[in-house]
Amino acid sequence: MKGSAARATCLGLALTVVGTLAACGGSSDSSWSNVTSAASNGGMSALVTAAKAEGQLNVIALPLNWANYGAIIKDFSAKYGIKVNQANPQGSSQDEVNAVNSEKGTSKAPDVLDIGMAVAWANTSLFAPYEVSEWSSIPANQKDAGGLWYQDYGGYMSIGYDSSKYTVTSVADLLTPAFKSAVALNGDPTEANAALNGVMLASLANGGSISNIGPGVSFFKQLNAAGNFVPVTATAATIDNGTTPVVFDWDYLNSASVVNLPSWKVFVPSNAILGGYYAQAITKTAPHPAAARLWEEYLYSATGQNLWLQGGARPVEMTAMQANGSLNQTYAAALPAVSGSPVTLDQSQASAAASYLASNWSAAVGS
Amino acid sequence: MTAVAVSETEYVRRPLGGRLRISSAWLGAAPFLLYTGLFLFLPTVLVAVGAFSGPHGPTLANLAQLSRPYVVSAFLNSLVLSAVSASVGAVVGSVLAYAVATGSPDGILRRLVTAFCGVLSQFGGVTLAFAFIATIGTEGFIVIWLQQHGIRFYPNGVWLFSLTGLTLIYTYFEIPLMVIVFMPALDGIRPQWREATETLGGGTWHYWRHVAGPLLMPAFLGAWLLLFANAFSAYATAAALLDIGGVIVPLQISRALSSEVGLDQANFAAALALGMVVIVAIITLLYARLQRRSARWLPR
Repeated sequence: MKGSAARATCLGLALTVVGTLAACGGSSDSSWSNVTSAASNGGMSALVTAAKAEGQLNVIALPLNWANYGAIIKDFSAKYGIKVNQANPQGSSQDEVNAVNSEKGTSKAPDVLDIGMAVAWANTSLFAPYEVSEWSSIPANQKDAGGLWYQDYGGYMSIGYDSSKYTVTSVADLLTPAFKSAVALNGDPTEANAALNGVMLASLANGGSISNIGPGVSFFKQLNAAGNFVPVTATAATIDNGTTPVVFDWDYLNSASVVNLPSWKVFVPSNAILGGYYAQAITKTAPHPAAARLWEEYLYSATGQNLWLQGGARPVEMTAMQANGSLNQTYAAALPAVSGSPVTLDQSQASAAASYLASNWSAAVGS
Repeated sequence: MTAVAVSETEYVRRPLGGRLRISSAWLGAAPFLLYTGLFLFLPTVLVAVGAFSGPHGPTLANLAQLSRPYVVSAFLNSLVLSAVSASVGAVVGSVLAYAVATGSPDGILRRLVTAFCGVLSQFGGVTLAFAFIATIGTEGFIVIWLQQHGIRFYPNGVWLFSLTGLTLIYTYFEIPLMVIVFMPALDGIRPQWREATETLGGGTWHYWRHVAGPLLMPAFLGAWLLLFANAFSAYATAAALLDIGGVIVPLQISRALSSEVGLDQANFAAALALGMVVIVAIITLLYARLQRRSARWLPR
């Protein structure tokens, strides 16, 4: 199916992009496709020149209000004069990988990915190895030793809520009648990583463990039976219009809602501190290989890292930047307070949680 | 002898010419055949092939997964949702269409209703979902307005984000669609037939039971089927309203295609889609049989 579907899509794509293909094919310096560090191919200035010549960068599934991506894209584009083409901003990490497969060989194929770890681990064959100049600032357990993927930013699972209507001091509060039709997740946990971690947060707070998501599913089952669960994916829009006044989500995503809703507050339960990071990767089939590498250099520079921090996300180089003084202290001070020792899902825990959800989630919340 | 030979060749050629005429007729149908081939037949074949293939060649594993309880309940939910919204849409829509059809054929009412129905029958997806969220959502203006007057719109919790809400919203575009597709059938009913029934001593009941009812039944069933398929395959409205829990089959397909937590299974998505194709095929067959029965004595 995958092969034939991809072929069918390619046929359609070929018809639409046939005009632009010719224009884009010649301009990129193909020698950058296999380059694993800027230093090995003439340094940063050579990379900047090559990327400017390509003139474009294809990014995918980057909502503008997600971890400050709106400002990041704008600044990168202005700094280097590179047009950033944004595809499917609401897509999932899997949608990103599907696009890499189906748009392979066209000028629209994604150059760079920002993906959840489960998808990163499963698709390393699609990535081109690359080590940014700041490679040594990324902790060893947060990057692939071969440079195929590297974590970029992360945060803690949190409960965001409209403090003009509710007060949340524990996960158990949400089961009370005051939260009728109020509690939402950022997606379906069998589909979206942020939602899976939301259920995991509920599990940790209800006697579960990082390798047992069962109590989290039971919690949402109770929540649904009490009429408190809203089966709508929480977005900036649903928070603004009041459909989802209480939301399980990463703290940096929840924090962003304060802009439109000043009474929005973010709570990280002290008995359930669950961390999670996303990862960057350059695609092997990137139509703009130099721009893709420059994008990563930019994201892992102090500027890029501080922009993520401004968006409430914890950049992966945070510890190193704290040490060398390049971390923006104002932004760092604005992060939600977290006390306790955080846990993070590893590959086998993540896949165990996903397969438990596959067979139990729909039955728990299906109406 | 030579002349005979010539006429024989001509004789032989004539059916050839006939065949050529047939192929030019086929040529006229070519765009249609190409279209249905590319957009109906080919995707169906791809779905069927996908449903039976896995990472290690042909397999029945994808189809076996269809028996999982949550998949079965999604199919049941989809069937009930489509049947209820199609039935409500068909009944209300046909009554509305009848009211309009019996009025003046060039009247302002008819023109207004058809124009509105044309727009509303295509009103779906995120915009429709948002329209309902803005009116009867948790913070919808009707809900808030009633609240200010001491009335609780949702005394037992918000049901908009459930199958009940989805049925209501689907009905919203099913009724106008019914009006549009059923109106031509009503226009075919002649007033003389009613007069004839009355001349023969029949009343309103006899007219509907023995004349108008049987005449309209094939069109009504056909329209119902269209409404059913319309609801059965709808995705965007549901995705905008209750995309958590995979309550109906299109949402399960979306999950199988785009899960980022390692549960993506394009082949299982194909199996789900094949299940939907089979259900629509069965209903179409039932419809064809029913129609053959009910259309038996219609003038051809």
